[in-house]
Amino acid sequence: MSFHPQMEYAPAQFHRSERKLADEGPPFAYTPENQAKFDENVTHYPPEQRKSAILYALYLAQGQQGYLTGNAMRFVAQQIGCSKADVEDVVSYYTMFYTKPVGRRVLNVCRTLSCALLGAERVTEALSEKLGIKPGQTTPDGEFTLIEVECLGACDRAPVVMVNDDWHERLAPEKAGQFVDDLKARGAAAFTGCHLKVEK
Amino acid sequence: MAFEPVLTPFVREPNAHTLDFYVQRSRGYEGLRKALTMQPNDLIEQVKASGLRGRGGAGFPTGMKWQFVDKKSEKPRYICCNADESEPGTFKDHVLMERNPHLLIEGCAISCFAIGAKVAYIYIRGEFYHVQQVLEAEIEKAYKAGFLGKNILGSGFDCDVFVHRGAGAYEAGEETALIESLEGKRAQPRIKPPFPAVAGLYQCPTAVNNVETLCNVPPIVLNGPEWFAALGPEKNGGPKLYCISGHVQRPGVYEASMNTTLRELIYGEQFAQGMAGGKKFKAIIPGGSSVPLLLDQHLDTPASFDGVQKAGSLLGSAGLIVLDETVCMVWLAMNLLHFYRHESCGKCTPCREGGNWLYQLLMRVEGGEGRMKDIDLLFGVANNIAGKTLCAFGDAAATPVQTTLKLFRHEFEAHVKEGRCTLPSEWRSKHPVMAGHH
Repeated sequence: MSFHPQMEYAPAQFHRSERKLADEGPPFAYTPENQAKFDENVTHYPPEQRKSAILYALYLAQGQQGYLTGNAMRFVAQQIGCSKADVEDVVSYYTMFYTKPVGRRVLNVCRTLSCALLGAERVTEALSEKLGIKPGQTTPDGEFTLIEVECLGACDRAPVVMVNDDWHERLAPEKAGQFVDDLKARGAAAFTGCHLKVEK
Repeated sequence: MAFEPVLTPFVREPNAHTLDFYVQRSRGYEGLRKALTMQPNDLIEQVKASGLRGRGGAGFPTGMKWQFVDKKSEKPRYICCNADESEPGTFKDHVLMERNPHLLIEGCAISCFAIGAKVAYIYIRGEFYHVQQVLEAEIEKAYKAGFLGKNILGSGFDCDVFVHRGAGAYEAGEETALIESLEGKRAQPRIKPPFPAVAGLYQCPTAVNNVETLCNVPPIVLNGPEWFAALGPEKNGGPKLYCISGHVQRPGVYEASMNTTLRELIYGEQFAQGMAGGKKFKAIIPGGSSVPLLLDQHLDTPASFDGVQKAGSLLGSAGLIVLDETVCMVWLAMNLLHFYRHESCGKCTPCREGGNWLYQLLMRVEGGEGRMKDIDLLFGVANNIAGKTLCAFGDAAATPVQTTLKLFRHEFEAHVKEGRCTLPSEWRSKHPVMAGHH
């Protein structure tokens, strides 16, 4: 679908407005703890502006189930008091929501300029080789998903990898394979964490 | 006179983020105490007199922004703190929020008092979850100590500060897009006017300020506008955080006055300490990825809003990305366009479609299959994005192409003539396609 006779778009044309249809999935409802958290968060906004809590509500649902299904989105819509289409609209826009199952650990490799200058492309390459998957895919055992993301905001500690919500800084390409082994063996202890955390 | 850090004097010390440390070592919340005894209008006048300019990128005077907030409206007013720091090369707010969160909290409270708001929302990017945890814990402590909540310090002034987590959208850093996102919609910019000062969050008068901007407010209240203005050159007063990354010895966040030159920031002993690995300097992006490149001959310009603008670029968010001689400029433009293509919100056609076109063209040139007329086409497409969109994103997306073409056109031509990348650096992937698989 190129507009120019001599030029083709890449096969997977990227488009923010692409509608992602999620599976309906199993029935969904918050756990009592999550329900309490949501009810508290809604009070941060004026009573007639419950929709402001939509991102928080989606994070809770995603945290509980790993990814967002149609039923989860319908549940969030009920909680907020909007239509499911409104929720889908939001989910399909923001990159941190997953509409397909992802691995237990999602490796987000920063690929933007400052990280790329210090070898982020090669980090992705090394992780890809080590895990045997391409960026965007999940290992068959459901352990790792590899994703390339745009600037994470830690350019002085490049290259940076965000694993779920934890950061690992200064991951040299040569050490990427070892990092995966380390992660398997020691779990969260393998992260350098954010360097600004001077004290634990 | 040596410059004394104002915003980050203790960031390397343990427990610098705690309330006790802030109150005991940094004259914490004295600014708020003083502000509450003043008239809100006088506060705004003080900030205006200080010449504080927005640290988020545009450099708009903060006092003016507050003055524009509609005081006659009967609707509630809001402060939105822009902590969506996503500009490639920028990481200053991260430091402030993680190591000096009470400064921001105090800044939020004072600004709320100044414009007559009762609620401040800190919109933090989704990737900063570890920062958010620190921030929320410290806000909790500020509530307990009576610096936030009802009847603050017995003055009868109520103020709430809430943290709102975004979910991975660069565009949410644009002020109206941030408001849309806070309202629970896609982060897409609004048509202006009306400006947020008149109809912002929930259609109420709103001031949207960057983290660093709000952090500058307590010191201004405490030490006076004259002190603040004297810290830097005319109209560029106050301390400034510089984020230096890329091919330098010691990347990081450095606080300095805006009298400091770009050369000092790159080569200075107390700053980035020169180029890494003994390589030669090639160019610098002085204000986050959205601004034009500067070359060696521009480095003696002061790193102030006006100084950098005079040299032909913009200080933006003060994210200095230093590039050494191994950087291929076609690759650089391609890398940045991958970013802009991905982050375009999709609202305006020139940016949504044009960004993709630019990326495809750059891929072709970098891959060695480009034609000479592609170079002119690149120029044409870029010129048809800049200035033709609702927000500044369009200009930002066109800039990497325009600036590399202007300064390094010969590299584009060499790519076409030789049919390959002329500078295949060792830090690049062995498979160039890797950079553009989706």
